[in-house]
Amino acid sequence: MAVKTASGAPAPLPAAHASGGAVKGLWAWLNKRLPLQEFIDSQLIGYYAPKNFNIWYFFGSLALVVLALQLVSGIFLTMFYKVGELTSFDSVEYIMREVDYGWLIRYLHSTGASAFFIVVYLHMFRALLYGSYRAPRELLWLIGMLLYLTLMAEAFMGYVLPWGNMSFWGAQVIVNLFGTIPGIGPELVIWIRGDYGIADATLNRFFALHVAAIPLALLLLVLLHLVALRQTGSNNPDGIEIKAKLGRDGKPLDGVPFHPYYTVKDTVAVGVFFVLFAIVVFFVPTLGGLFLESPNFEPANPLSTPEHIAPVWYFTPYYAILRAVPDQRLGALLMLLAVVLFLFLPWLDRSPVKSIRYKGWMSRVALTLFAISFLALGYLGLQPAEGLYVVLARIFALVYFLFFLLMPFYTWLDPVKPVPERVTYHAH
Amino acid sequence: MADQALLADDEVDLSRRKFLTRATIATGALGTVFAAVPFIESWSPSERARAQGAPTELDLAKLEPGQMATPVWRRSPIYVVRRTPDMLARIAGHDGELKDPSSQHSEQPAYARNPLRSRTPEFLVLIGTCTHLGCLPKQRFAQGEIYPSWPGGFFCPCHGSRFDLAGRVFDGSPASVNLKVPPYSFPNPRTLLIGADEKGVT
Repeated sequence: MAVKTASGAPAPLPAAHASGGAVKGLWAWLNKRLPLQEFIDSQLIGYYAPKNFNIWYFFGSLALVVLALQLVSGIFLTMFYKVGELTSFDSVEYIMREVDYGWLIRYLHSTGASAFFIVVYLHMFRALLYGSYRAPRELLWLIGMLLYLTLMAEAFMGYVLPWGNMSFWGAQVIVNLFGTIPGIGPELVIWIRGDYGIADATLNRFFALHVAAIPLALLLLVLLHLVALRQTGSNNPDGIEIKAKLGRDGKPLDGVPFHPYYTVKDTVAVGVFFVLFAIVVFFVPTLGGLFLESPNFEPANPLSTPEHIAPVWYFTPYYAILRAVPDQRLGALLMLLAVVLFLFLPWLDRSPVKSIRYKGWMSRVALTLFAISFLALGYLGLQPAEGLYVVLARIFALVYFLFFLLMPFYTWLDPVKPVPERVTYHAH
Repeated sequence: MADQALLADDEVDLSRRKFLTRATIATGALGTVFAAVPFIESWSPSERARAQGAPTELDLAKLEPGQMATPVWRRSPIYVVRRTPDMLARIAGHDGELKDPSSQHSEQPAYARNPLRSRTPEFLVLIGTCTHLGCLPKQRFAQGEIYPSWPGGFFCPCHGSRFDLAGRVFDGSPASVNLKVPPYSFPNPRTLLIGADEKGVT
């Protein structure tokens, strides 16, 4: 039997699917109606990825795995969760104590949120290391950043849903940030909340956004991200284009089919990831207050602020910047800028080379200082905003911004090393 | 027939087609804007939320001098302080340490834009959420309660903002403006009405 390919010419099925008459027949029947084989051939086997990928290249597919985990565990949580200012907190406790394996599903979801950000931050750092945001991948980077922003909204609203005291006050602080917008601010805050304070209406709409609207947007953006990746092809640790060196068969000399090479390799990474993930879920699901904060095990109380308010760790670098500024409008603006500056990276980087391997000492120092600042701000955002902590937050915030603002200059001045013709690859 | 003649000549009036395309897009865009209105409006406070945001009354006779009551109005605690002559005296004399001593950049009704930030010296009425990020400042009314020169006022435990006994913010606080004053009035000498004044209900 044969199926029609896109060009209309009959193509024989690969040997793997030819064995077994019934299976073969069904596969052919399916492919006449849905181009499954064509999809596998063109997108998985026909998609050539650079053969010199290292450990940093695991995090894209890991992000997909975590997204799937969040969708499945989230769907099951909605089966038991009851949104409402009188029911939300109790229903989460009900899930934790009375639903069979409810605790597991809930901890998978809450640990999954933190894991998502760990994976995404490493994925983004990979792009910083090897210049994956540079031409022709600017749009791939922008779609990725849009995914990151959407994920932040998803995580924030998810954190409000258990209606613990940190949920309430976190929502209070974050929604009030919109109040610093000149003119429309105060009206906008009431519109977002649907009430004069964080209330049932706020909780209800955050639930709708968290379980329906934002996940749909995330899935759409993931699709766009992957389509854009297929168009440009992956970057690699050497930052050179494998499409520039084609073999006689028209395939990149330094590329290997994504399937089976990277599907198998990524599966190993998924295995390692799940081991680490399970350790957290089963032994330290709150990770000492880092993944789930202790004030959130008390119900929301509009008349009692927790001792000190800190968001979950993945937002603390930005929160530290917000608090380091002694003016709330400027603070909110700088916090926004800290995220938005990432969008401009493709145009701020003037280096003739992409990868840190061939960039000079200035870019290396800058990226190292940036990574240290990001981690330090993340730590400071968890501490009370007083004394030395504020001074340090100001210093690291300055370094953070200088990384972006001085980038056109240091990447231009930086002495670069010659880039090889072909990717650096040692067979193993 | 005219149509057949047009087809036969294989002529297309491109400018007409362009106009029609643009008119269709413009009409569609306008329709989309109008269709979005109900969805956007649905997020505004509902009738129920607005009814629950109605003015709140407080019986002032039950408030002793030097004490604070915290009725809730529009889901925010309202700080109502019956200030003693001693407390009023402690409001003056530190204007130099304040960010906005004459309340030029702060939010309050016109009748509270004065050094005591109130309609009558005795009663201070403030929205009890920090103007920094919305935490609840705690009362620290005693002189020297935070540091020796502390004149008494409010202290926010979240980020350390400090306010005096008129709700004015001290230098070195992350908050930039004084605590907000809600609209309020005294329908009779022993009743405070929060959320309504001569201008009507907020």
